[in-house]
Amino acid sequence: MWRLLPKEVESLWTLFTAPVVWALHFLLSYVGAAVFCEKPGLLGEDFDNLRVAIGLITVLSLAVIGVSALLAWRQWGFGTGDPPHDDPTRRDRLLFQGYATLLLSGLSFVAVIFTALPALFITECLR
Amino acid sequence: MSAAPPPDRDKVAEEAQLRTVWATPEGWRYWTSVNNTQVGLWYGSAAFAFMLFAGLLGLLIRAQLAVPENDLLSAETYNQVYTLHGTVMMFLFAVPIFEAVAIFLLPPMLGARELPFPRLGAFGFWSFLIGGVFVCGSIFFGAAPNSGWFMYPPLATSEQAGIGADIWLLGLSFIEVASLAAAVELIVGIMKCRAPGMRVNLMPLFAWYLLIVAGMILFAFPPLIAGDLLFEMQRMFDWPFFDPERGGDPLLWQHLFWIFGHPEVYIIFLPAIALLAMIVPTFAGRPIVGYSWIVLAAVGTGFLSFGLWVHHMFATGLPQISLAFFSAASGAVAIPTGVQIFVFIATMLAGRVIFSTPMLFAMGGLAIFVMGGLTGVMVALVPFDWQAHDSYFVVAHLHYVLIGGMLFPVFAGLYYYYPLINGKRMSDRVGRLAFWLMFTGFNIAFFPMHLTGLRGMPRRVYTYPADIGWDWLNLISTLGAAVLGIGMFAVVVDVTLNRRRQPRGEQNPWYAGTLEWISEPEENWGVRSIPRIESRYPLWDQENLAREVKSGAWYLADAREGRRETLVTSVLDAEPEQVLRVGGTSYVTIISAVTLGTVFVALTFKWWIVSLVAGLAFVAAVIWWLWTGTGEIPEKERKDIGRGVSLPLYASGVKSTGWWAMFITMTGDGTAFASLVFGYFFFWTIHQDFTGGVAGPGVYWPMAALSLFAAAWAATVGAREVNRRGGVGAARVLLVIGALASAAGCAAALAGPWTTGMDPTAHVYPAIVWVLVSWAAVHGAVGILMLLYCLARSLAGRLTRRHDMELHNVALYWHFVMVTALVTFGVVGLFPEAL
Repeated sequence: MWRLLPKEVESLWTLFTAPVVWALHFLLSYVGAAVFCEKPGLLGEDFDNLRVAIGLITVLSLAVIGVSALLAWRQWGFGTGDPPHDDPTRRDRLLFQGYATLLLSGLSFVAVIFTALPALFITECLR
Repeated sequence: MSAAPPPDRDKVAEEAQLRTVWATPEGWRYWTSVNNTQVGLWYGSAAFAFMLFAGLLGLLIRAQLAVPENDLLSAETYNQVYTLHGTVMMFLFAVPIFEAVAIFLLPPMLGARELPFPRLGAFGFWSFLIGGVFVCGSIFFGAAPNSGWFMYPPLATSEQAGIGADIWLLGLSFIEVASLAAAVELIVGIMKCRAPGMRVNLMPLFAWYLLIVAGMILFAFPPLIAGDLLFEMQRMFDWPFFDPERGGDPLLWQHLFWIFGHPEVYIIFLPAIALLAMIVPTFAGRPIVGYSWIVLAAVGTGFLSFGLWVHHMFATGLPQISLAFFSAASGAVAIPTGVQIFVFIATMLAGRVIFSTPMLFAMGGLAIFVMGGLTGVMVALVPFDWQAHDSYFVVAHLHYVLIGGMLFPVFAGLYYYYPLINGKRMSDRVGRLAFWLMFTGFNIAFFPMHLTGLRGMPRRVYTYPADIGWDWLNLISTLGAAVLGIGMFAVVVDVTLNRRRQPRGEQNPWYAGTLEWISEPEENWGVRSIPRIESRYPLWDQENLAREVKSGAWYLADAREGRRETLVTSVLDAEPEQVLRVGGTSYVTIISAVTLGTVFVALTFKWWIVSLVAGLAFVAAVIWWLWTGTGEIPEKERKDIGRGVSLPLYASGVKSTGWWAMFITMTGDGTAFASLVFGYFFFWTIHQDFTGGVAGPGVYWPMAALSLFAAAWAATVGAREVNRRGGVGAARVLLVIGALASAAGCAAALAGPWTTGMDPTAHVYPAIVWVLVSWAAVHGAVGILMLLYCLARSLAGRLTRRHDMELHNVALYWHFVMVTALVTFGVVGLFPEAL
């Protein structure tokens, strides 16, 4: 099953995958809602469509974060080694990166849910 | 890994050599030093002085409010005093002090001789100082900004705001340049200049935090620069960006200001917490618990802080769903913030804590900060915020956050790191007294403000009537502020105390484990030799390390060629890649800062000729700086750095630090551009017809400009490739073609709105189109200068087939300009057609 996943990449940037997904999700939700409410008709009339759209990008974002977490978990050796990962070796550096990325995926996962919650409760462009 | 140096080395001569190379200039030339130790110290002292000045303004505020119906200050003076208090504290103390600490501490902490661009650091300092003195000095002429530290239009665009608003906008834009310079310096320094072996999992947490913060600066400050640009265009030339009568909207300023302003809170807070992450393990006597969790917290806070800006705008009438997104993110950011506090608590529980003076300040700060965080969660909730908005409750909240989250930790850092300045400790007795005065004074001053706020007292009023229950609370606040002031004064006395008679203390007085304690205050070279690092706390775990480093047993122990050198290592594993020669003592940094400062000051007073001349002088100074100080072709290919390692002296492309600096600068530049594009679409969303019936720039000229910019870009990339293959002559021809195409592209860009007669003062639509095309044109013009610079280097034999760093960097610049051109001309030319 693991062959479905891409090859492991060694880069500092992978650390930021999940928070970037959160940022995109946040931006899309905010801009979508702002344009919907400021430009009536442009993105449809029914507020529920907006809520469904936010729901869909939320599911998509959570899925991407899930994949990022899975990759991080793999980089962390599926949790076989315990932190603090402070040996001066390439292996410990990789484990540290995996672990930190996994933690960030968790935070981003929660933050995406936080951001999506308003769409559950708010039903109109009330000001 | 310990090894004796080979016997044939004359270590005394080596040290003499190093000392000469890294010598601090004497006499008045002292001020031309660019070394991180001096620049960091000046930077810190200046920021500290600005803080004291702003503190005095704060005391004036409290004196005025002590009793009802007070007439100590007039309303106008009061407006200037509180505006300057906030402005100076935020822009001249809170942000710069961390840049100062970082410039001072990072090289020894990372085991580097110096940061990669010392002259850039010095330039940043001088810019900061000139801008700061200019902004602060205005109050002595009754000309200080008076519209609050966030300068909301329409108040700040009105005549009433006077020249103070221009001083704020231009003075602070200048200082933002210094912050961006620091961001470049810190990011490249942390990613590329760590000691060999200092992998990302062994990096000091301070460096992790600073890396994140410098990245945040790149995305937070440019929106404010873009906002400043729009604001100043309105004030100077009446372009109506914030004037609703001509299609503008004051809310755009609020968006741009707070997209900067909220991350800024974390830009201030994270470095202060970074200090605690260094201090707490030392006094707990053990490594930090949850290193990875701190990294999570730093990165997580860095990102989430960009989703909070609208919580400053809850009362502006945005749709509730928008408010709710920001409310949710404001709640989420409490998670990583809390993680850090629990990490500190866990570290203290797991270790044996020594309650030294730095620890007192650290713990006191955390206690205050937690309180501010709790009221922060309260005002993150929209309904509560609507009640507390613009009241003293918010004043109390923000002071709890900033003083607890920043001022106290900085004081902890001051007491902790002071021995690195001259090998002597500050007084424990005074420190403890100062702490208790400050801690109690602070709480007596600011806690009652929650209540004054809940009782309805709005912020920024210069006086109030006697009979509405605000008087005794205000009096208590003023008394508390006086106690806080006395505490601060005690620290000032302690810092400036003459310690000549005090014996020099130990080099590592707190028995800390991190590498910065290896630095010798009396030496300017950073580290005598650059060690290989194998631990997060090398001084605890690597036996004899300090001795070996000092005896020159490690890398780069000499400066035989008489040049200032440091090591460049790889990003992840810090494997040595290059010996980097960094700039030495020079006055070109001061000249550049003074000329650029003159541009901004002259603009404030609308002295157009002066500012034009100063602008040309600045460009000349920068070209001189680059020509003489960068891209030098070394006298040999490689240098032996000891222990059998030999490294190249020259790098170009992705491997060079200059390439990274360009990449980082242009990322910031791109963010500013994105903010302007945001402005364009903001106006589109708020209006039924955002063109206001005005004809656009058409399709022809924007598309012509785009094609010409593309040609210039292609010529630049072509020149790089051809030159690399040895076609030097062809490369030169391509550089000329690129410059010509760019010049034509700039003209075509401006021809669009020009030929259709768009009047930028008539309506916001032509104004924003003019701003976008001008932005592209200015970038094209800078691109021409760069291409001609490469041509001149090539003709002068300073840019060759092998030594082509400049060409790589200019091509990178043009990649960014190409994206700018695509977006600009696509938006102004095609978007109106698509509607």
